Amino acid sequence: MKTIRLECRNVTKRFAAQRKGEAPIVAVQNLNFKIADGEVVSLIGPSGCGKSTLLNMGSGLDPASDGEVMVDGEKVIKPNEHVAFMLQKDLLLPWRTIRQNVEFGLEIRGVPASERKATALGLLKKCRLPDFADHYPHQLSGGMRQRAALARTLAVDPAVLLMDEPFSALDAQTKMVLQQDLGRTLAETGKTALFVTHDLVEAIALSDRVLVMSQRPGTIIEEIVVDIPGRDNPMERRKSPKTGPYIAQLMSLLHIGEEVH
Amino acid sequence: MGSELSNPATQRMMIGSFLLAIVFLAVWEWGPAAFGIPQFIIPPASKVWDEFLRMLTRDRLMFHTGITAMQVVVGFVLGMILGMLVGFLLGMSPTAEFVLSPYILALQIAPKVAFAPLFVIWFGYTVYPKILVAILIVFFPIMINVLGAVRAIDPDIVRLARSFNASKLQIFWKIEFPASLPPFFAGLRIAATLAVIGVVVGELVGGNQGLGYLLTFGEGAGNTPMVFVTIIMLTVIGILLYGAIVLIENRVLHWLPGRARRAS
Repeated sequence: MKTIRLECRNVTKRFAAQRKGEAPIVAVQNLNFKIADGEVVSLIGPSGCGKSTLLNMGSGLDPASDGEVMVDGEKVIKPNEHVAFMLQKDLLLPWRTIRQNVEFGLEIRGVPASERKATALGLLKKCRLPDFADHYPHQLSGGMRQRAALARTLAVDPAVLLMDEPFSALDAQTKMVLQQDLGRTLAETGKTALFVTHDLVEAIALSDRVLVMSQRPGTIIEEIVVDIPGRDNPMERRKSPKTGPYIAQLMSLLHIGEEVH
Repeated sequence: MGSELSNPATQRMMIGSFLLAIVFLAVWEWGPAAFGIPQFIIPPASKVWDEFLRMLTRDRLMFHTGITAMQVVVGFVLGMILGMLVGFLLGMSPTAEFVLSPYILALQIAPKVAFAPLFVIWFGYTVYPKILVAILIVFFPIMINVLGAVRAIDPDIVRLARSFNASKLQIFWKIEFPASLPPFFAGLRIAATLAVIGVVVGELVGGNQGLGYLLTFGEGAGNTPMVFVTIIMLTVIGILLYGAIVLIENRVLHWLPGRARRAS
């Protein structure tokens, strides 16, 4: 049995009602799941089912109302160094070069400059951006910027990566290339990741398991173990004949195509 | 900048600009006479030049220009610091902004130059009323721009920093401060021209020093060339201040997309 990196125990998150007298909004309810070391798990579900809420709780920015989110055996109550998140927006600071952006988290943690620089340059190489270290974000394409954001996330060497639709703003082809990069990088570094997405194929191609969430109040209704070889090669997985049936299963679970418009 | 000057298109535009200046001076010199406009309404360029040379020796023109320039710079710097501080404070504290905004708005709408006589009553014919008007007039564009910039920061960027365990101070120096700089400089450009106005109005109201004093003196003596020279000197002060800001801005904000494109 591998160590558990991320665990949710009966996690519920309520938000105060917008108007007085109304009941509080329950975003997610009784979430229970475990992610082991080195696992990549996708979280999929209808819009507004609380996927992003879950990531906010995991990163410690917004604590759970009930239950516990555990990272590396510690209860998450505030931002901590075990977790790093990555969003759809690259959030690169325009006044910093790409290298300085990658160093951002390390700088906040007080890592010495020379050490920071070495880490950043190494990661930029891994993320296939070695020639852009001294460029500013606006000089890079969307895909390159998102790769820089990935490098920044990896720079702090988190135990768990939380990703909230990191590729959803990219065009279809760039997206596939970045999924390939991510799949390879996650396999190489052996990182644990929770990956929120709307893209069913992306979920199947990238992960070991897929958790399916219900409408709000979101809770996990199904867990699908993706039994296709080569998690480090999402492109090949996309082409696998086994992918189709998984997609069909997800579509029926999410009731896609069942509503009458 | 060097590469820009060697660009043939830029060179053509510069020659055009220079030719326009010569045409302007020529029209100024001979135009009024051609249309029968008397010299006490629009003195020709050569007369204004003669008056400039006379004022240099007789009227201590450089002394008065220096006084005005000093007041402009002091008022500008103090107004800038104050505007920036208040902008950041209000930007970071929504409560403070909510409580103070009606008063700030009222003060912003009030014409600042109208305070000049009041300040003269308070501080007499000294440099202080002039500096105070300049501070007041410079304060608002800076404060509004800094406040707007702090407000406009993407909260997700702050969340990212917080997820890295950044302190409030780190968030300020690494995110809020640099993010506020482009609008801050835009505010400085506006404020540079306003600062000169503030000081001149202060000098017009009272005192026996500075270019504003020379203006009223020239007016009283019916000396139109003197008024022209003074207006030109005031413009020169404004241009120098504005130029200094643009120069600093180009160094500080070299990362802005537009600039980077021009440089490469």
